[in-house]
Amino acid sequence: MVRIRSFEERICRLYSQQEMRCPVHLSTGQEAIAAGTLIQLRRQDYVVSTHRNHGHLIAKGAALKSMFAEMYGRQTGCSRGKGGSMHMSFPQAGIAGTSAIVAGGLPIAVGLAWGSVLQKNRRISAVFFGDGAVDEGTFYESLNFASLKKLPVVFVCENNFYATNSPQKARQTNPRIHEIARFFRIPGTCIDGNDVVAVYTAAAGAIERCRKGAGPSLIEARTFRWKTHVGVESDLEKGFRRQEEVALWFRRCPVKRFERYLLSRGMVSQQWIDTVRESVDKEISRAVEFARNSPYPRPETESTDV
Amino acid sequence: MWDKAPEQSSSGRNQKPRARGRGRLLSYREAIREGLLQAMEQDRRVFLFGEGIDDPAGVFGTTAGLQQRFGAGRVFDTPICENTLTGIAIGSSLAGLRPVLIHMRTDFLLMSMDQLANHAAKWKYMFGGATPLPMVVRAVIGGGWGSAAQHSQPLQAIFAHIPGLKVVMPACAYDAKGLLLSGIAEQSPVLFIDHRWLYDEKDAVPAAAYRIPLGKAHVVRKGSRLSLICVSFMRKLALQAAAELAKEGIDVEVIDVRTIKPLDMVTINRSVGKTGRALVLDFGYSFCGITAEIAARISRDVFGSLKAPVYRIGLPDTPTPASPVLEKCFYPGPDAITDTIRRIMRGQKRVGKHR
Repeated sequence: MVRIRSFEERICRLYSQQEMRCPVHLSTGQEAIAAGTLIQLRRQDYVVSTHRNHGHLIAKGAALKSMFAEMYGRQTGCSRGKGGSMHMSFPQAGIAGTSAIVAGGLPIAVGLAWGSVLQKNRRISAVFFGDGAVDEGTFYESLNFASLKKLPVVFVCENNFYATNSPQKARQTNPRIHEIARFFRIPGTCIDGNDVVAVYTAAAGAIERCRKGAGPSLIEARTFRWKTHVGVESDLEKGFRRQEEVALWFRRCPVKRFERYLLSRGMVSQQWIDTVRESVDKEISRAVEFARNSPYPRPETESTDV
Repeated sequence: MWDKAPEQSSSGRNQKPRARGRGRLLSYREAIREGLLQAMEQDRRVFLFGEGIDDPAGVFGTTAGLQQRFGAGRVFDTPICENTLTGIAIGSSLAGLRPVLIHMRTDFLLMSMDQLANHAAKWKYMFGGATPLPMVVRAVIGGGWGSAAQHSQPLQAIFAHIPGLKVVMPACAYDAKGLLLSGIAEQSPVLFIDHRWLYDEKDAVPAAAYRIPLGKAHVVRKGSRLSLICVSFMRKLALQAAAELAKEGIDVEVIDVRTIKPLDMVTINRSVGKTGRALVLDFGYSFCGITAEIAARISRDVFGSLKAPVYRIGLPDTPTPASPVLEKCFYPGPDAITDTIRRIMRGQKRVGKHR
């Protein structure tokens, strides 16, 4: 969680320099969902993510330097400068890819799971999507197919209550997304997505079901995006959200909450936390340095990889 | 009930299938089936899925018996969700398989445009070539028998327009098998469109598996006065027209492009450079169509050799009608081709209504 938070805070700090010339969709405030789920997957298990993907990539084991290099548009980026922040993959860590089309990743994750079943390689797929994806038809179709074939998929809905600026209430008849899963005979649970322990527990159950061959699960993790839909400002600064709403969710900061959890149980010391933060900060500085010192792609590579 | 092609005019006689040395006479539908079967035998990663592909009719016979042979894991019926099925093809390809997704109508591909155009076509590129994406989407084209507006659309140009998709349109049994096996072996998405009016056309097809490289046009008939460049079913009409015109001493060269993307302009330009005249034929809409692309390229590449403007015949800019009388107006027959060629040869300015 600290790595994800620091990674995106660094983007905010450097973005105005205009060296990262691509749209960035930040997941600040939502880190617990990525961390609590993906820490439990094996390296060969798959994850499919969205345009708001930094947290998922980091939690699944992507190299920070190749992520920064990608945002800086360099040859050493994980997509060799062809994807930007929205399109990063890291096949060696099971990160199959990310789609910036709402709900686009869901059927792909289902297909990955079908591939695992047909090849009997016991890999499972996790797919992350927002509440906006539930508006799309392929959400229902993907749940149906996964359930029909009992595929090892963990559907993780990061419900942050807004699709860009359109509130969930204005778009959906039933805001209880986890209930939709039950229609497809998929267990659906609703959890506090800012509580990493709750996420871990729910994900553990879903992953266990997949490993047993019992089929997919859906987790609706309720959370809040601190930053604006795209960019480094906040929606408060832009006047899109009320002060009280934002303040409430700031108090529910998943990182601080987990720190308090660990400290209050005497599991770690404040000094340990400080050391972690410091080493993460250094790692990120090295990654940025690497990106900035990397060459740009050769212009002729524009036409390769089609 | 779908198997009846519209009546062709009397000038269109069936070409006698030419033996190519080895191989048996096989119909286009049997060749497709054999291609699928051999791909599955050769490579355990290949699987087929699509709406109704396991029913007794077996997609016009092209998938008949394959489920019995390979089991329900590798050949299976699906829910009716074309877009999601396309995404599943992408995912299973990323997981190391070689999916072949089959649609009984090209029209249904419009339902899968998001996964096809936004995802499959771009997946390789937008991640910098990190993973190959072998997958074939096969769809059947062809109207007639009142199929009307939503069961007959020739949409090849739409797909060819999207960077990252290859579009294959075989016009004979030999090509159907060889191009299908090549398509399945590709490392990026291939759209394979077979034409249902060709299903009973027979050709010499080797029993062994073989591949025809994508992007290689085929000079089907040699000629010196005009190049007839054709796509898919138009090859049959082109050969009929060429035979007819030969009697009048007009010696026409017929080129089947076989794949509209990649497009083999080298073969086309070589031919037009020699004959100086070109007529481009496609059973797709002329407006913004494949014929427009080919004509523009010919005009640019071999302008100096042209003795006449490049003409084209395609479908009119209307949806497909149902009534046989209206269908006859809609689909150009071999007469449209012979008439147009005669006018071109006479140097007339007004050349045919489908141009």
